[in-house]
Amino acid sequence: MSNMVQAIRMALHVGEERHGVTDIFGEDVGPPLGGAFTATQGLKTAWNTPLDERGIVGTSIGLGLAGCRNVAEIQFCDYGFNSIDLLKLAGMQNWASNGEWNCPITIMTPVGSGIRGSIYHSHSFDATATHIPGFKIALPTTPRDAYGLLLSCIVDPNPCFFLIPKALMRVRSLPGEEIPGEPGDDRMLAKMIDAPLGDRTSWKPQWPDTPDHFVPFGEARTVRSGRDLTVVSYGRTLPLCVRAAEALVDEGIDAEVIDLRSLYPYDWPRISESVRRTGRVIYVNEDSEITNFGEHLVRRTVDDLFYELVAPPRLLAGAHVPGIGLADSLEMVSVPQLPSITDAIRSLARSEA
Amino acid sequence: MSTSLRPVRSPPASEISPDLLLKLHSLMVKARVLEERLIQMYRQGDGFFWIGGPGEEAFNVPLGLLIQKGRGPQYDYCHFHYRQSATLLAMGADPIDAMRQMKNTATDPYSGGRNFVGHYSIRQWNVVPVSSPIEVQYSIAPGTAIANKRAGGRGITIVTGGDAGTAEGDFSTCLVWSSRPANPLPVLMIVTNNKWGISTHFQGQHGEKRISDRGKAFGIESKTIDGNDPEVSYRELSAAMEYVRTERKPFLLEAMVSRLYGHSSASGANRTNDEADCIAGFERRLEERGLLTRQQMDELRAQFTAELLAAHKQVKEEPQPDPKSIYEHVFADRDLVRGDG
Repeated sequence: MSNMVQAIRMALHVGEERHGVTDIFGEDVGPPLGGAFTATQGLKTAWNTPLDERGIVGTSIGLGLAGCRNVAEIQFCDYGFNSIDLLKLAGMQNWASNGEWNCPITIMTPVGSGIRGSIYHSHSFDATATHIPGFKIALPTTPRDAYGLLLSCIVDPNPCFFLIPKALMRVRSLPGEEIPGEPGDDRMLAKMIDAPLGDRTSWKPQWPDTPDHFVPFGEARTVRSGRDLTVVSYGRTLPLCVRAAEALVDEGIDAEVIDLRSLYPYDWPRISESVRRTGRVIYVNEDSEITNFGEHLVRRTVDDLFYELVAPPRLLAGAHVPGIGLADSLEMVSVPQLPSITDAIRSLARSEA
Repeated sequence: MSTSLRPVRSPPASEISPDLLLKLHSLMVKARVLEERLIQMYRQGDGFFWIGGPGEEAFNVPLGLLIQKGRGPQYDYCHFHYRQSATLLAMGADPIDAMRQMKNTATDPYSGGRNFVGHYSIRQWNVVPVSSPIEVQYSIAPGTAIANKRAGGRGITIVTGGDAGTAEGDFSTCLVWSSRPANPLPVLMIVTNNKWGISTHFQGQHGEKRISDRGKAFGIESKTIDGNDPEVSYRELSAAMEYVRTERKPFLLEAMVSRLYGHSSASGANRTNDEADCIAGFERRLEERGLLTRQQMDELRAQFTAELLAAHKQVKEEPQPDPKSIYEHVFADRDLVRGDG
């Protein structure tokens, strides 16, 4: 079964073959490296750019305006902050021209902590991305969702962010969650589509025949059903929320866990249906906590569901500090981890109505 | 003024026919009258803000006439800045539409009342939406130029900006990306140098003698020309475009121009008398050559003035955007740039 990086690679290949992707580009995206995380190995339209994120985003916009669907990579989202005005421009092409132009581009970038990336390889991007109207925003947590969400980004006529939780890039699918058509044997898939070490000049990938599989924007997934409270998360913290929920069964706490999957548009009907049932909700993500996207969800919860609640809605997020320090002791307390998530869920479950 | 690495052949002066000279003149006057009308609209409260290009007509009109306009990568892509109404008029735009944008009416075809005047957007002619940041177009241009090159025709990408905007990193981005040895691009980079960034003079901020010199480091054909002379502009633009169309490589053209009404309405939009007026200079030449009399030129100006006054009156009666429309077009529901729509 594939890991997330392989799933991304297969989706990009399908994008090239069947959905008109003309360019996949960014720093070290083309051969020989095929991406800092190997997500773009073996792709026929992948090419290397100068080390210039503004050029990458700008060129992506230009290609898009010329009708060339493209996927542009910012190697780490931490290096995309110098391009915010260009990203805003991408998001406004349709609106500013009163519907005259659209900009069919995908900006792909790894986000979040979990690889001891220190100050400049650990930033989150969800608060920033959700503050750029005009973009659709996908953030997968499983290889199959990565495949399906990336294909949805590629065929969408609007600019899309495809945010990759870098801590989950090597995580494999659970049984039953395979990408249709992928070989079941991990080693066989690696042999087919992972570039070999050493000289790669004559290497060509053998792509498995994977069909179109679209995960629509705005469709969350209930990963675990539960009675007592609702946990809404995405990215690196989602699997931790599931583990915490499993652990709390022994304490008589039955938590429902929702993977948001796309941040804009987001699946408010699913969240509100769940919260109406449980009366308790906690939003978990690792971006810094002030003007956090989870704060918006808390506000909407208060606006729409106040009289359905039996406890105040909660947000567990990253500390409001400029970056994530390198030392293990620093990273652990800067962003939610399994113990803090477990504690927060337990506390919410036991809070008095 | 040439800083060309190797000489780019300029067509001989005889190629500019008397008919073309008259056409250049007529469009230059029409563009000037339009800008003066837009300033009047601002003064009369028919618009919140004016910005434009009076003083750049001698360069911008030839540019508009030489663009291969059309839709898609076989044609030229235009990444303009906000001083180019003369270019748009020369391409065939109706001046009333600029007035609609000035008055931010619902009928404004470029932005539906959402953007300042001079912020054109015409998909049928590959004029991508003009935006207020003075530099971003230089980073976007390589993208359409890749599409031009791939399409295999003679279409090129034209990107324009002012001298002050070249201090931004995006200008360097365009130099680097259009001259990559891995894939040189058919980009005509234009700088209309009016020597001002709002109230700050070029001389105090820029150590480079000529902006076009910056092309040299990248092996880009580069030239500085007198943009106040429409015949020079026409010839040099023709030569530069022909180079980009046939060689499929970039060219950096710096045109020295005037700024006759200041930066914008924010600085008063008052006529300055200490800069050369390209129309006055050209009209003296046309008169000397016996192509037009002073009376004919006065009549032409009076005719445009009357036409645009009538258009102004019409625009005043047109509706403002519906407040409910703010949520329209946040997202496109179909692929306009790829489909036939």
